Amino acid sequence: MSSYKIIDHEYDVVVLGAGGSGLRAAVGLSEAGLQTACISKVFPTRSHTSAAQGGISAALGNMGEDDWRWHMYDTVKGADWLGDQDSIEYLCKEAPKAVIELEKYGVPFSRTEDGKIYQRPFGGMTKNYGNGIVQRTCAAADRTGHAILHTLYGQALKHKTEFFIEYFALDLLMKDGECKGLIAWNLNDGTIHRFRSHAVIIATGGYGKVYYSATSAHTCTGDGNAMVLRAGLPLQDMEFVQFHPTGIYGHGTLISEGVRGEGGYLVNSKGERFMERYAPKAKDLASRDVVSRSMSIEINEGRGVGKDGDHVHLHLSHLDKEVIDSRLPGITEAARLFANVDVTKEPIPVVPTVHYNMGGIPTNYKAEVLTVNGSEKTVPGLMAIGEAACVSVHGANRLGSNSLIDLVVFGRAAAKRAAELIKPGMPHEEISETETQKCLDRFDNLRNANGENSTAELRLSMQKTMQSKCAVFRTEKNLKEGVEQIRKTYDDMSSISVKDKSLIFNTDLVETLEFDNLIRQAVTTVDSAYHRKESRGAHAREDYPKRDDDKFMQHTLAWCDGKETKISYRDVHKSTLTNDVQYFPPQERIY
Amino acid sequence: MVQLNLPKNSTVIKGKYFKDKTGSKNLKKVNVYRWDPSSGGNPRIDTYEVDMDNCPSKVLDVLNKIKNEIDPTLAYRRSCAHGVCGSCAMNMGGKNGLACTTPHSEIDGDIDIYPLPHLKVKKDLIGDLDGLYKQYKSIEPWLKSNSKSETKEIIQSKEDREKLDGAYECIMCACCSTSCPSYWWNGDKYLGPAVLLQAYRWIIDSRDSEREARLKKVADELKLYRCHTILNCTSACPKGLNPAKAIAEIKKMLATSNL
Repeated sequence: MSSYKIIDHEYDVVVLGAGGSGLRAAVGLSEAGLQTACISKVFPTRSHTSAAQGGISAALGNMGEDDWRWHMYDTVKGADWLGDQDSIEYLCKEAPKAVIELEKYGVPFSRTEDGKIYQRPFGGMTKNYGNGIVQRTCAAADRTGHAILHTLYGQALKHKTEFFIEYFALDLLMKDGECKGLIAWNLNDGTIHRFRSHAVIIATGGYGKVYYSATSAHTCTGDGNAMVLRAGLPLQDMEFVQFHPTGIYGHGTLISEGVRGEGGYLVNSKGERFMERYAPKAKDLASRDVVSRSMSIEINEGRGVGKDGDHVHLHLSHLDKEVIDSRLPGITEAARLFANVDVTKEPIPVVPTVHYNMGGIPTNYKAEVLTVNGSEKTVPGLMAIGEAACVSVHGANRLGSNSLIDLVVFGRAAAKRAAELIKPGMPHEEISETETQKCLDRFDNLRNANGENSTAELRLSMQKTMQSKCAVFRTEKNLKEGVEQIRKTYDDMSSISVKDKSLIFNTDLVETLEFDNLIRQAVTTVDSAYHRKESRGAHAREDYPKRDDDKFMQHTLAWCDGKETKISYRDVHKSTLTNDVQYFPPQERIY
Repeated sequence: MVQLNLPKNSTVIKGKYFKDKTGSKNLKKVNVYRWDPSSGGNPRIDTYEVDMDNCPSKVLDVLNKIKNEIDPTLAYRRSCAHGVCGSCAMNMGGKNGLACTTPHSEIDGDIDIYPLPHLKVKKDLIGDLDGLYKQYKSIEPWLKSNSKSETKEIIQSKEDREKLDGAYECIMCACCSTSCPSYWWNGDKYLGPAVLLQAYRWIIDSRDSEREARLKKVADELKLYRCHTILNCTSACPKGLNPAKAIAEIKKMLATSNL
């Protein structure tokens, strides 16, 4: 039995993660007078929200008529009807308020001639239910995520949120199916901390690092998702992984959809604007799954560019220099640094690159975590928001700029719901030591692991498997191989090695704990993909090319205990939240 | 005459030498500062022979290669890997920068990698930025506005918004402040270029109603006027920003106002 000295804390609410959604929740909780701890493995402004470029969607109507119902329709269609329409209604209706709130917080949005928030066109965003392009995506040049993240951190400082920075969370503390807190390891001094709280809000982001090539940060390891799996709860719709059409070839750096929003376009080796063939109306601004598939087809059919013909070109040199300088300065810098390209003269080499996880911890629109036990049930004491959560507003495919709005709308919703459920200073229940012990045993086992396989080798093997077996196009054969190969890597973890045995900033152990988190999500992702025998949104099966609403208009739920998974389904919500809007029944999805 | 010596445990000693095992003909020596607080030992310089034929272009790629293939115990911060999160700021070849955007080809001869200068070190390349973060908090980095409307944004002209360009992009990597000799000496009192750039960002935001109070707050012999326009900050900024100019602007505003 491992023994570590434990430092105890009591809070009304613990927020795990300090990106856009975690910070927005923390601000709301502090405003409501709840004692709030915000725990993060990195300093808040290092969170991956900082990498979001293009913007945040909201039907403000600053650049022509707009309506939140149109935004809702676009989101439902973008999601390929896998989104829950009650949650989508909530997102789109609350969006304008949430953006105005951010502006009041101080976000330096770009401006229109009359001094309002500037909005740009973005993929899948249309007016009047698919009839023409609308400018809905509010932007701070092409650094919108950076601007929002830094502003929200400022707000958290203003509201005196208590931060625990460079603390790595290990596991949730569960009791009779309820969450009572969590355990974290302080990297700064090596101590172990137990936080008791009436609610834990998981805001740990996505898990892009299960793939080899991703726009995601090294820290995008879905730690919260894995903690939920270890707590015996399911993850939802994990097969839906978004490939962003424009990651820089060879490096994976994101090039914003805002480039196409401002008039950039994709070209194949014949110099042809091929998106006109795949999406006659929306062209380069079709939704991301559509554009990524079209690019992959071009490449697979021999019309890719480069010496291996394995990518395409993104042109923007025809744009006004003024537009590039004022609205796309960040990607200009990224193209120079990582592709050695001067965007005013040359195209950027791009390729579909893993970017976002539509799947995650199932929640309702109040951010309460759901599980299924006969019917849908909430898990008391547990909430999830941001990319970690699957509300589900993005369904099978997220629209660009719907991610940032998801962060703030549901960050705020989580704080509101917590304030309804929890009164400041409520007493905490005793929790048995066995939960703590279980968590510390796992920690101690990994810390003292003396096997032959390095974490880096195992991680690489997982990433290569996911990249080749669970990519843009999938088949039964490929996925089956993936299901088997990923388990081999899982088995190899039994002889993992951790060389650094210390406790202060032991990044060898951090990466190993992160790998332990990643591999469980890799297993649930490839298993969920294997079992969904249809094509919908980002999940494109070559052997089942059609969407199958009779069988699969359902959310996948995947439980995973080590390498054993259990797959089950729950119905997509087929009603709206209020009578302000009608349910949008499934249609064929054409852009 | 007074003899000044460093404390014994702060002397940097020669560390381990990791010989190449790949047989590569294109090797580069990478010298990395190492210090493990749990060991009680002195800091040391470990040397790694790295196969440059199979290494992407940035210094962070070199570090990742060392950590993944040679020595997993090496500790450094990194996250986004494309110059937006500010985690991997360090001193490479004698210059501060982000490891993820600094090409290793720009460094002649051996590659020397140290933590950002004049910070307390937490471990290896991980510097202690707690002091800088506290100073950041002290300038109250949030908008103070009297606007009450919940449905309409505060109107800001394009020209007023443009004034924020070059200021709001700061990623707080601390490359500038830790390259500033004034900050090395008076880092506990002088706010330093990173934090003053942030202060400037709020002072010039046309939507903010506390401009004068903000100016008064920084108008201090130590907080502001320790800047002696050395300009290391501006040449160190990996984002191409100009903190020295922002500081000069603050000084100018103070000189021309009746505060």
